[in-house]
Amino acid sequence: MRHKPANKPKAVHHDYLGQEFPLPVKKSLVYSSLITAILFNLLPLEDIALILRPDFVALTLLYWNIHQPQQTGMSIAFITGLIMDVIDTSMMGQHALAYCLITFFALMLHRRLRMFNIFRQIPAVLWMLLLAQVAIFLTGALAGTYSTGWYIFLSSITGALSWPLVSIVLGSFRRQRTDPDEI
Amino acid sequence: MQPTHPPRFFRLGPSPLARLFFFTLLSIFIMIADNRSDFVSEVRRAIGVAIFPLQKLAYTPFSLQNQLEQYIADFKLIEEIDLLRREYLNSRHEFFQLQALAAENKQLRALLGAAQQNEIQVVLAEILYTPRDPFSRKIIVDKGSFSKIREGQVVIDDLGVIGQVTQVYPWASEVTLITDKDHSVPVQIARNALRTVISGTGRNSELELRFLSINADVQKGDLLITSGIGGVYPPGLPVGRVTYIEYDRSRKFARIACVPVAGVDRHRQVLILVDPSRPTPEISENLDTHATQTGQQTKSRTP
Repeated sequence: MRHKPANKPKAVHHDYLGQEFPLPVKKSLVYSSLITAILFNLLPLEDIALILRPDFVALTLLYWNIHQPQQTGMSIAFITGLIMDVIDTSMMGQHALAYCLITFFALMLHRRLRMFNIFRQIPAVLWMLLLAQVAIFLTGALAGTYSTGWYIFLSSITGALSWPLVSIVLGSFRRQRTDPDEI
Repeated sequence: MQPTHPPRFFRLGPSPLARLFFFTLLSIFIMIADNRSDFVSEVRRAIGVAIFPLQKLAYTPFSLQNQLEQYIADFKLIEEIDLLRREYLNSRHEFFQLQALAAENKQLRALLGAAQQNEIQVVLAEILYTPRDPFSRKIIVDKGSFSKIREGQVVIDDLGVIGQVTQVYPWASEVTLITDKDHSVPVQIARNALRTVISGTGRNSELELRFLSINADVQKGDLLITSGIGGVYPPGLPVGRVTYIEYDRSRKFARIACVPVAGVDRHRQVLILVDPSRPTPEISENLDTHATQTGQQTKSRTP
């Protein structure tokens, strides 16, 4: 109990300083990371791996909307969503709607989320991913298709668990470009 | 400072809520349009063309792995096996046709013009990936309209029917598997030619016969073959085998579960039956209602 308050401000302080003046990344980095995420979503997996595969596109969109809201936006999320609709052979607009929703919440919460470290961001990421899946699920159900098993929501959980990895990888690309020593 | 442009620092455009509202409306509009009309499928096709390089690229590690395996193994032997496998697949298809013709001959005692044997070409296609959509069961294969693939063509493997082509891109196409919830195949029981319709359940390797009354002559282990009614599926292709029958007195219909004969989700290579002589048939949604009616008519006539 006594040690915790001593540690806590230090960590927050460190995170906050690191994010104080984020230089804008190039748009090409955002686009290329999204294309790479689409590639990961296209991997020919089967059975359990297919069910558990995180939605890398949603994670990448979340990352850029939290850390670089000026460089991304809802139109990018919408177009990426349409591409994912074609890839997942779902109804056109389902993923687009879901990605716009998570983009909105990421934009609303990005200042708060940036104060947390990567691992404390996991719960927030989890509910945003779940929200996206519920949006896809509901729109599909409203369109007259049937309900499926609960296991489709497992990919949100794996997605949230792979959030640290995604943000470390994307952050490493970003850090190279915003290294203060180079300027 | 130009007075016409506000400082860049404050230029944020419409608020996120306004954007969300706009894009939500737009996506709902697109969803309705996709559900009700064919207009959006052009957009879908365009995007499908655009992402084809990505699909190929994502498949590259797997095809490289395949190639490496081939390289490690005896080169010529593998090649020969591949050739033989193709030949085997081709001959299996002819074998199915032969079976159908034999059964038909037996039943109709050589009525004139029964089952004119138009030669059907086959195209060997490779599965690129499985899309993750909780509402449908589909696969994407690497042959498209440039290989004469059209919507409505039938996809089989060496054991039986896998599904039907439902969306064609220039270099790829979408195959709806027979296990898809909205997919139905007109079939008949090979043992007694009882005609009915088999439907997917949306689960792996499970099919069901939905509207068979509890006194219908169905036995466990019965083989179901396509009946050819509806004109989409050629007659005589094996579809499924009855595994489980439940007679519940409180319901009108028996609950009959089947497993697909073909390895619906176990294969890397499939065969698409390309029939150039036939005009593009209606796809399964239209077939569904028609075939269900046919099945019910048949049922009432059978003892």
